Amino acid sequence: MPGGFAGQLVVFSEELRGEGMAVGTSELLDATVALGAIGWGSRDDVRETLAATLAKSPEDRHVFDLVFDRFFFRAAEAEAVLRNATDADVAAALADEQAGEGDAEQGGEGVDEGADATGESGELDLDAIRDAIAQAIASGAHAQMADLAALAIGSVGGAVTDTGVVGVDVQRIRRALDLRPDPDPQAPEDDPRRKGLPREGIREFEAALRRELERRRIARLGELPPARPLNQMDRALPSAAGQSLADIHRVVRQLKRRLNTQGHELRGQRRRTQVDLRATMRASLQTGGVPVVIKERAVRPRRPELFVLCDVSTSVTSASLFFLSVLHALHDAFRKMRSFVFVERISEVTELFEREREFEKVSLAIGRDAGVADVTGYTDYGRVWREFLEQTEDDLHGRSTVIVLGDARTNGRDPADAAFARIAERAGRTFWLNPEPALYWDYGDSVISRYAPFCEVHECWTADQLEDFVAALTGQAPPPDGPLRRR
Amino acid sequence: MMRRIVSTVPRTVDDLAAALRGVGYLPGQRTALVSHLAISLDKPVLVEGPAGVGKTELAKALAKVLDRDLVRLQCYEGLDEAKALYEWNYRKQLLRIQARSTVADAGGDPDALEAVQDDVFGEEFLLQRPLMRAIASERPVVLLIDEIDKTDQEFEAMLLELLSDFQITIPELGRVEATSQPVVLLTSNNSRELTEALKRRCLYLWLDYPELEHELAIVRQHVPELSATFTRKLVEVVAEIRGLDLKKPPSIAESVDWARALLLLGADDLDQDVFRDTLSVIVKHRTDLDLVAERVGLRLPQASASAD
Repeated sequence: MPGGFAGQLVVFSEELRGEGMAVGTSELLDATVALGAIGWGSRDDVRETLAATLAKSPEDRHVFDLVFDRFFFRAAEAEAVLRNATDADVAAALADEQAGEGDAEQGGEGVDEGADATGESGELDLDAIRDAIAQAIASGAHAQMADLAALAIGSVGGAVTDTGVVGVDVQRIRRALDLRPDPDPQAPEDDPRRKGLPREGIREFEAALRRELERRRIARLGELPPARPLNQMDRALPSAAGQSLADIHRVVRQLKRRLNTQGHELRGQRRRTQVDLRATMRASLQTGGVPVVIKERAVRPRRPELFVLCDVSTSVTSASLFFLSVLHALHDAFRKMRSFVFVERISEVTELFEREREFEKVSLAIGRDAGVADVTGYTDYGRVWREFLEQTEDDLHGRSTVIVLGDARTNGRDPADAAFARIAERAGRTFWLNPEPALYWDYGDSVISRYAPFCEVHECWTADQLEDFVAALTGQAPPPDGPLRRR
Repeated sequence: MMRRIVSTVPRTVDDLAAALRGVGYLPGQRTALVSHLAISLDKPVLVEGPAGVGKTELAKALAKVLDRDLVRLQCYEGLDEAKALYEWNYRKQLLRIQARSTVADAGGDPDALEAVQDDVFGEEFLLQRPLMRAIASERPVVLLIDEIDKTDQEFEAMLLELLSDFQITIPELGRVEATSQPVVLLTSNNSRELTEALKRRCLYLWLDYPELEHELAIVRQHVPELSATFTRKLVEVVAEIRGLDLKKPPSIAESVDWARALLLLGADDLDQDVFRDTLSVIVKHRTDLDLVAERVGLRLPQASASAD
């Protein structure tokens, strides 16, 4: 790297800029001066100092942490590749071949449970590792994550890993370890999995897994893979209470504007394409049968009739706020619209939305008297479909659009995809917005693929994805059997 | 006097952390580090975070540690230069002019009128407001600009000169430079995105709700009379409440208040009755109250069960 330390810092800030952070030269100078004011002994101090001078918002801070890890991880690995031979080989040999022994060592450093796991003849006891990892995730033991990740790769490794794609390996290991964010009533009393593991914890563990897998891969290949930009999922902030309401409102305002303007645009385009033959003929009588004036078919502005079903159960708590605001915005834009919220059963909230113009009041009222949760508070999709059909079967027709907002997690109950198919069949178009990243679909009790054949499924948990969906909804690309053909 | 102050400035991050602890503020590692940078680099710090995590307390604690006066500017919508920087003392100016003109009428010096003009725009007639006071002070101070996000962008722009060069330009007087270098803290509850220009001039510190152990230590520090196990339970409940989707999650200050209230009531365990009676100390919205009572309250032991 050119220019010694200052050069490194510039390269680092270039990477930050590459990820969309505005890092000014003056801030770089600040960072350099600030580093002079602290000791260099602790990696954390250096990180915090750089963060205080370069990252000026919680979002930036999050990106900063990711880039910092990536940058210095790569820097360290590059150094290792450069020096090559000895230590890299030793590490690789330790990690790959003698998984048992090597990992027992590593586990012993941070985790008592991990050490117990190697009790019988150096064999790794998968269940014990599972417990240890679940425990660490539940209690947020950051320091142990790296060790446990190595342990996990060692134990589950041979069987499921080495597809060559780190992301896939991570997910396979996660599944093998049975790490799920939703509660597992079968788990024993004191097991952290009984209440469900915190999503952030799982994400952190996955990051540790990813780092460890990448490290091993680099050690094996002896070279660094090209730098990978952060993806959407990395960027998303772990959802904290109350922080994102303003964001949501901003997106929804955009959405509202788009919904309003896009409709007009569309009408203009469509009108040109359709000629009303009969009217043209009739007009041509005035000019002796020569069609001088071409009459176009008047196309009525197509305002779809919307039926929106919104999951408000606890598994989508953070997302349901987002969804309710979307619902609210849709209500402003579409006149013919009926909204339902559901958990175990369904409740129509159309009137509520029409009565209340303020979003806060609406969400309050829904929380108070929608009465959708019965006993357990877990979503029952089968019952929801049946009740929905009962209430709306007569009103559903080819021009209606059904939108489902939910995570398709049935909590082990019957998904009743036949009933859903019937809804989709009667309605013109059916969309499903899933607030979970596509990576988590069909893991655990998610049955999204059972519903997927009958509807368009959109992954929707960021503003961008919502915009994609709006484009699909307002019909820039009309579906094959869309309402157009019917008229 | 000055020498003594300089000698008490903590030299390292750990010293500063210890000193802050000494005055009753328990800083996280990040907080101590950024405060240290602010003092040693003379950079303003922008402190952001939810309400009630100790942003303002940090400024007070720093003032105590550094043995400086705290000059506080509470921001609000519509705050202008006259309230924040300086104002001319019109009445006094008017009096002076009248006094002079009476003298002139009585056959005094005819040049006096011109002299009056220079005279009434002297420092004597300047009313110093917090920002001005902070930089014109003989002794260095800690300047706290509280809730900067409540002001409008114009005011922010006005601050830029102060924050980067520690000087203020007054049209009638010229440039007023700082006689002493203040430690500046700006706090924001993130209700509005601050301008890039302002952020660029500041160090950034994000204060969040503390980890469980950290908060436990804070509450113990403020209410040492409450038993350790009870305090731990209380803090755990507060952490759980923050996890709910509330309008206004309880702040640290409110956990401390709660602990005080429980102490006052002589409660010795957190059961459903006590919880319901004192809930309003930590949760301040009607709907939040319902939600918390339902989700958290019902899981606590019954009042009768607590007897054994």
